[in-house]
Amino acid sequence: MEQIKLEYFGEKFNQLQSLDPDAFLTQVRKEGFDTFNNKGLPTHKNEEWKYSGAPVSNLFKKEYQLTEDKKQSQVTKNDIDEMRLPGFENANELVFVNGKFVEELSTIRSSNEQLVVMPLEEAENSNFSEIVKEHLGKSNLFINDGIHALNTSFIYGGVFIYVVKKQIIENPVYLYHISDARDNHILAQPRSLMYVDQRSKVQIVESYKTIGSMDSFTNEVMEIVVNTDAILEYYKIQNDKISASQVATTHIRQIGKCFVHTLVLSLNGGTIRNNTNIIMEAQGNEAHMYGLYLLKGKTHVDNHTLVDNKMPNCFSNELYKGVIDDSATGVFSGKIFVRPDAQKTNAYQSNNNILLSDNANVNSKPQLEIYADDVKCSHGCTVGRLDEEALFYLRARGISKEHAQAMLLQAFASNILDEIKIEPLREFAEELISARLSEVNMEE
Amino acid sequence: MLSIKNLHASVEGTEILKGINLDIKAGEVHAIMGPNGSGKSTLASVLAGREEYEVTEGSVEFLGKDILELSPEDRAREGLFLAFQYPVEIPGVSTVNFIKTALNEKRKYHGEEPLDAVSFMKLMKEKMNLVEIDKSLLTRSINEGFSGGEKKKNEIFQMAMLEPKLTILDETDSGLDIDALRIVASGVNKLRDENRAIIVITHYQRLLDYLQPDFVHVLLNGKIVRNGTKELALELEEKGYDFIKEELSLKEEV
Repeated sequence: MEQIKLEYFGEKFNQLQSLDPDAFLTQVRKEGFDTFNNKGLPTHKNEEWKYSGAPVSNLFKKEYQLTEDKKQSQVTKNDIDEMRLPGFENANELVFVNGKFVEELSTIRSSNEQLVVMPLEEAENSNFSEIVKEHLGKSNLFINDGIHALNTSFIYGGVFIYVVKKQIIENPVYLYHISDARDNHILAQPRSLMYVDQRSKVQIVESYKTIGSMDSFTNEVMEIVVNTDAILEYYKIQNDKISASQVATTHIRQIGKCFVHTLVLSLNGGTIRNNTNIIMEAQGNEAHMYGLYLLKGKTHVDNHTLVDNKMPNCFSNELYKGVIDDSATGVFSGKIFVRPDAQKTNAYQSNNNILLSDNANVNSKPQLEIYADDVKCSHGCTVGRLDEEALFYLRARGISKEHAQAMLLQAFASNILDEIKIEPLREFAEELISARLSEVNMEE
Repeated sequence: MLSIKNLHASVEGTEILKGINLDIKAGEVHAIMGPNGSGKSTLASVLAGREEYEVTEGSVEFLGKDILELSPEDRAREGLFLAFQYPVEIPGVSTVNFIKTALNEKRKYHGEEPLDAVSFMKLMKEKMNLVEIDKSLLTRSINEGFSGGEKKKNEIFQMAMLEPKLTILDETDSGLDIDALRIVASGVNKLRDENRAIIVITHYQRLLDYLQPDFVHVLLNGKIVRNGTKELALELEEKGYDFIKEELSLKEEV
């Protein structure tokens, strides 16, 4: 902790605050910075950071460049073309470079009668001012640690996304987060607020890429508000290099009866912490949350999830699965709250892990806190090795040990991959995973 | 084809096979009978290469090769097939994909090209008819939610697809009703020819009624104590294993 240059953050913060002292964002940042100063970096003593406090705090021992403004970036449209997955040619592309939304690199293909995208600073003074003021920063109530507060302290260059009422957005909204770490270690802090209005439907994909040999640390917060009868599908793909770390928070509020489907796929990276929160604020909400992490090397992935049932008749189902190899670490901490008013809640949660090596680690903590008396809830976790009987059965038919193992792991992952409803994305993920699993070697 | 000499095997330090000798020639059907715990399934497992069994003494030669040196997959590719007593359910792996992979890995081992999709489907259709298995079972995950009879039928279907030189049926009759037993046995009979051999491990006469073994061996306490023909099986059915035990103890006393 002593190596962190808090003065550096203070300086940058003051510069940012002087830009427009009376703005709404300026107040939000101030609250954030107060919390950051108050809480500092998380340690293992904080229950929510028991396993990831040290690795995440260690990331602050480097000197990062905190990009203060949207200076001319070296990232070009060609870089985006190279990153684009086949089948996503018509996506609405939102490009962030070092945490800042870059309009010139972004392409919104849906009409603005369907989808509105604008910088947060602009949104504060637009027709959407009320929405921004009402909903930005609500995740602070649920996550009040220093890391989250640090993002809030530096909300600048973020984005506001509005899905217009009754609009089905055919083409996914794809957020590319690029860290240009060619010259410096980069601390990127993207911030976005999305409002999915009544009876609309949208699919979001986020992916991350670090360019250059220096390190990147992305501390992201995305807040999404979903209104009545809307459908939100959210996908996060983490397949960056070992020098790329992140804390990625996705805070979703279901303010009307609506449907939410989330899926987080973590394949490569340094230290990764995902906070995926679903706050059910209306009756009859439904949410499905999936996660798949295939870890190797020294990758550390921590999935923290929260389902907060505040109102009656809500349904949630959560399934996270992991395959952990080498000296990698997986953490799952899932919390389900059922508040006193949330009668007739159905909430299910499950976390299954397969360890492939003696040095692989997993910490799984499913939690239920129930304050209502008429609910159906279950949770559970498993940690084990590959099924030896199944492995022998395949081998006894002439299938090599390596191939048999890959088939079994593929089967383990398949019911999560099936939940990727965007076909080109599912195909991409299946290919990635099949290539990855066939390179796994059995270690005894 | 198969020559087992003085085979000793143990699991977790307990010796279960205590000197098995057995010779099997192409075209023959051998039945191995014996009470529970006599080592029948252990023998099947050792032959198929289950790793938890340790061979402490003896040799097993299969088609001129020392198979104890081979991995389970290489034994299978050499033409050994174990029909499991308890076939494993493997959710998420399709049966068709599994059999296709197995078949092609075997072909590759023998330096043959993989079967193309059309030839594979044709072969599958032919073998499906042969063993009277429903196509809908094969589109599902391996054995997932199958009844006991369906699982055993699936074993015989796999046998038909892989065309092994030596098949070991490990209590394939257990858990089968009379109709399923008849279908499974007739499937096996259709796959018999002068180039292949079969070892039938069973407790009961009824499967042997269908398969008509050439030789019957009685396994007791890790050793083959009696060799005979199918009449021996009938005698066992009538008198139980006790008469052999009695005979043996008489001999020892003498």
